[in-house]
Amino acid sequence: MSALGFASQLLEILVALALAPLLVGWVNQCRAWLQSRDGPGLLQPYRLLHKLFHKDSVVAANASPLFRAAPYIVFGCMLLACGIVPTLSIDLPLSPAADAIALVGLFALARVFISLAAMDIGTAFGTLGARREMLVGFLAEPALLMVFFTAALISDSTSLTTLVRTLSAQELGIQPSLALAAVALVMVALAENARVPVDNPATHLELTMIHEALVLEYSGRHLALLEWAAALKLFAYAGIGIALFAPWGIAEAHAPLALAVALPVLVAKLAVAGFALALLETLSAKMRIFRVPEFLGMAFMLAVIAMLVNLLLGNTGT
Amino acid sequence: MSGLALQLINLFAALLLLLAFAMLAQRRILSLIHLYTMQGVVLVASTAAMGYATGQTHLYVSAGLTLVLKVVLIPWILHRVIDRLNVRWDVEMLINVPTTLLAGIVLVIFAFHLAAPISELSATVARGTLGIALACVLLSFMMMITRSKAVPQVIGFLSIENALFFAATAATYGMPMVVELGIALDVLVAVFILGVFLFQIREQFDSLDIRHLEKLKDE
Repeated sequence: MSALGFASQLLEILVALALAPLLVGWVNQCRAWLQSRDGPGLLQPYRLLHKLFHKDSVVAANASPLFRAAPYIVFGCMLLACGIVPTLSIDLPLSPAADAIALVGLFALARVFISLAAMDIGTAFGTLGARREMLVGFLAEPALLMVFFTAALISDSTSLTTLVRTLSAQELGIQPSLALAAVALVMVALAENARVPVDNPATHLELTMIHEALVLEYSGRHLALLEWAAALKLFAYAGIGIALFAPWGIAEAHAPLALAVALPVLVAKLAVAGFALALLETLSAKMRIFRVPEFLGMAFMLAVIAMLVNLLLGNTGT
Repeated sequence: MSGLALQLINLFAALLLLLAFAMLAQRRILSLIHLYTMQGVVLVASTAAMGYATGQTHLYVSAGLTLVLKVVLIPWILHRVIDRLNVRWDVEMLINVPTTLLAGIVLVIFAFHLAAPISELSATVARGTLGIALACVLLSFMMMITRSKAVPQVIGFLSIENALFFAATAATYGMPMVVELGIALDVLVAVFILGVFLFQIREQFDSLDIRHLEKLKDE
C-alpha cells in the first residue's frame, strides 16, 4: 500500500463523483441529437443536483428512520462500487476489500434498501416500484455473476484488479466467450440502470416506470443523493464494461505517468460507451414488463454460453 | 497466420451457437428466415476460414456451394413460400421462451460433454468446435419439437443440416465431394417437396398448424 496507491484511489473516487453526472448528461444529449432535438446540454445533471441540494427535503409524516437513511446507504454503496472497479489504475488499496462477487452483493444491498424505503411510506406506487425493481434485480444478478465468472475463468481470480491485469496483458485476439459475455453485460446494464428496453428514465407514466416509482416520495437533498447514486451506478457499470472488455490504457501499479494518460483514455472510452448506449436506447422500443424476464433470461443464457464456450474452446488469447 | 484463422473459426462456431439459440427464441417466421440466412453466411465464412487454415482447396468449393444454396437459393424459396401462403407476419405463440432457453442450456452442456471424448480422437485444427456443432444439432431438434407450425419446422430441419455440415468440416475437414453434392441436392429437393407439402396442408386444414395432422378422420 503505497502513497501512490492512495492517491490513485482518491483520484478514482473523485473522478467517479465528478464524471458520473457528466456521463448521464452526455447520454441524454446524444439521445436528444439522435432524435433531432437540441437537448438540455451536457451540464444539466449538475444543475439538477445543484437545484435539489438547495431545496428543502419533505418527508412524509409516517416515514420511519429507514426512509431517511436509505439515500445515504444507496449513495455510499454506489460510491464504494465506483471505488472498487478499476477505471484509472489497478493499484487500488480498496480493491482487496471486495472482489467481483462482493461487488454484485453491493449492488444488491443498495437495491434492498431502496426497495424497503420505497415500501416504507405505504403508497401504492412505491410498493409497485419495489416489486418491479426486485423482479428485475433477481433476474439480472445471476447474469451479472456469470459474466464475472467468465472473465474469472480466464484469469483464475475473482479479484477485479487481477482480472484487469490478466485481460490487459493478453495479446489482442478474438475471444468468442468474452464477446458473448459483453453482450450479456450490456443487457444486464440496460436493465439495472433503468434504460429504455426495460424502463424509461424520462417517464412518469405509472404503468411503465420502475426507477421513478422508487424515488417518487423523495425530494430535496435525498432525491439529489439518489439521482447522483443512479449516475454513479451507470458509471460503475460502464467501468465494469471497460475493465472487462476494453482494459487497455488502465494504469499499472507503480506508474505515476500512466495515470496521467489513463484519465483522457477513460473519458474517451466513456464517451464512446455513452454514445453507444444512447444509440441502443433510441433504436429499441420499451418492452412490456412481462417481457423483461425473457430479456434477462436471454442475458443469463448468453453469459452461461460464454462460460461454456470458454471451457470448451479454451483460452485462445494467451 | 493459421492462429488468426483458428480464432475466427472459434468465433464463427460461437456465432452459430448463438444463432441456434436466437432461432429457438424467435417468434416471427420472417425473422426466422433471416436468422437461417445468417446461419448460412456464418457457415460459409467458417468453411472458408477452415479452408484457409488447412490449405484444403475443396473446402472453398463447398463454401461456394453453401453460399449459392443456403444463403441465396433456399432463403429465396422460403420467402416465396411464405409470401404465397401469406404467413409472412405470422407470430407463433410458443410455450414460455425462457423455459425453452434454459432447457437449451442443459442440451448444450450435454452436447459439450458428449463431444469431449470424440474431439480427443480427432486430429483436425478445429476439433474443439465439434461440441458446438453437436449442440447446434440438438438445439435445432428442440426447435422442431417445440414448434407447432409447419414453416418453422422446415427451417428447423434445414438448420439441423447446417449444423451437421459444420460438424463434418470441424471433425474431418468436410465430406467427400460426391457426398457433399448429394446432400446439397437432397436438401434442395427436400425444400421443394416440403414447400409442396405446406400448400397441401394448408389446403386441407386452412391452417399450417401441424397438430391438425394428429387427428384421424373416419369416413
